[in-house]
Amino acid sequence: MQWLGLYNYWIVIFLMMAGFYVVISRSNLVKKIVGLNLFQTSVFILYISMSKVQGGTAPILKEGFAVYSNPLPHVLILTAIVVGVATTALGLALVVRIKEAYGTVEEDEIHNKDESL
Amino acid sequence: MIAQHLPALQVVVPLLSAPLCLLLNRARVAWLLSTAASWVALVIAVLLLQQVLATGTLSYELGGWAAPWGIEYRLDPVNAFVLVIVAGIGSVVMPFAATSVVHEIAAEHRVLFYTTYLLCLAGLLGIAITGDAFNLFVFLEISSLSSYIMISLGRDRRALTASYQYLIMGTIGATFILIGVGLLYMMTGTLNMLDLAQRIPSVADTRTVRVALAFLTVGISIKLALFPLHLWLPNAYVYAPSVVTAFLAATATKVAVYMLLRFLFTVFGAELSFEAMVMHLVLLPLALLAVFSASVVAIYQDNLKRMLAYSSVAQIGYIILGISFASVTGVTAGILHLFNHALMKGALFLALGCVFYRLGSVQLRDIAGLGRRMPWTFAAIVIGGLSLIGVPLTVGFISKWYLVLAALEGGLWWVAVLVLLGSLLAVAYIWRVVEVAFFQPAPRNAPSQEAPLTLLLPTWALIGANVYFGINTELTVGVAHRAAEWLIGGGG
Repeated sequence: MQWLGLYNYWIVIFLMMAGFYVVISRSNLVKKIVGLNLFQTSVFILYISMSKVQGGTAPILKEGFAVYSNPLPHVLILTAIVVGVATTALGLALVVRIKEAYGTVEEDEIHNKDESL
Repeated sequence: MIAQHLPALQVVVPLLSAPLCLLLNRARVAWLLSTAASWVALVIAVLLLQQVLATGTLSYELGGWAAPWGIEYRLDPVNAFVLVIVAGIGSVVMPFAATSVVHEIAAEHRVLFYTTYLLCLAGLLGIAITGDAFNLFVFLEISSLSSYIMISLGRDRRALTASYQYLIMGTIGATFILIGVGLLYMMTGTLNMLDLAQRIPSVADTRTVRVALAFLTVGISIKLALFPLHLWLPNAYVYAPSVVTAFLAATATKVAVYMLLRFLFTVFGAELSFEAMVMHLVLLPLALLAVFSASVVAIYQDNLKRMLAYSSVAQIGYIILGISFASVTGVTAGILHLFNHALMKGALFLALGCVFYRLGSVQLRDIAGLGRRMPWTFAAIVIGGLSLIGVPLTVGFISKWYLVLAALEGGLWWVAVLVLLGSLLAVAYIWRVVEVAFFQPAPRNAPSQEAPLTLLLPTWALIGANVYFGINTELTVGVAHRAAEWLIGGGG
């Protein structure tokens, strides 16, 4: 039953694939950004999962505790979250500009408008 | 005192100039500042390259934290050379920007353009200089996010969709890289590239490490636009302002190639990448497909910028082809072409910037007969084109020569033949431009003026470099050869 013990990794893979699928299959630009976000979030969980040490506490020095979780991936992922927020913000800003320029956020309609020129 | 901190200053100077640009909030001042920052970066890069060639490697502990714990900037012949390429292109493109940006970017966006340019430069230099795998991801995102913004500054509304498309693809690529780095950290407990290289052999047989290699290769391949992951590139190059296209075409994909080299050869080691994981069996066919499919598509383009964009995909194919031989000559050819392609594409896109400045268009039908009216601009396009084809006395010839040598050395004579055939396709698409520009009559309302000197000088500086490094190959071949030996030898 090893695979059950690795459930957090299964969650990561499920979220990753779900997000990826949304990015590929949706033609609505906002939904694509949502999918992209989901995709990135799954990686955050991957990092956080790997930092867990069994029986470890939060990495704060205190008497009576000898085993700590690894804090480095937490810090790394804080950086990655910031990057993710910046990407989402920029993506949505672009969608707003696209909406202003084309009057729609549907990929196929945008494509048609460019073709008809 | 200050010489000791050059590696940090390499990144810090453009990085801090960026917010300064925004605060000063005057386009002219911002331009001066970003030109100065680029030139300072170039001087630092050249000094660092000299130092590295003299002493071997250079290690700099950021903030004084010792290497495996703190972030280390590590310079060897490979990335010192890449730094010179990036900073060099930046310092040629910026003088061009002064005139071109006024023409192509809306007044309220000009300061923002310079700010994002500096951020992008800082990010690209950072990717090249850092010796820390996670730091590399952060710099990658700094440069990517700023390049999305720069592309969206194009006047055409399709610049927005091109930028959006690049954002989606680029983020997926960067996230793949993040996954790869995470898996490596999981297995080795370190992020320092040198440390990783030492620890990976003991866990090389695990699936996790192999998956990490796969994720990193695919992620980086998206960023460097390897066929068939190049779909974001043509639109992004076509609709971005001329300066942006020239800068990104000459630097962004090149830095991504450097990342691939760094991971395949230094971090994973040639043994794991090419013997256990047989990466060459993946890279070689994709590289050849890139050369042929993209060159053929380029022949049928009526938009010159799009033609050159597809040609870029083909040229990246040549670079990857060199790398896929995994031999010293092959990697030398790859690194040489990395440098040479930056020169020719930079020059060609700047020349198209001159055309766009006078014409407001880069469509093939609009340049009819302009060869005689804008002789300097079109002479630049012709020389750049010859270099792209690989005619002797231009840089293109040198890298093709080494590529053919490497193929023959590896016993792959048919690859050598294909490289030569690929060059013939380049003749086809360059000839179309020459034919229309020189042998068709100009329409009556065609502009009769040459592009202004402020645009021509930077263009010709790069064209001059194309010819100079095509004749005097001592510097480039010497450095590329040392870099290749360094990578193959797994130099630490």
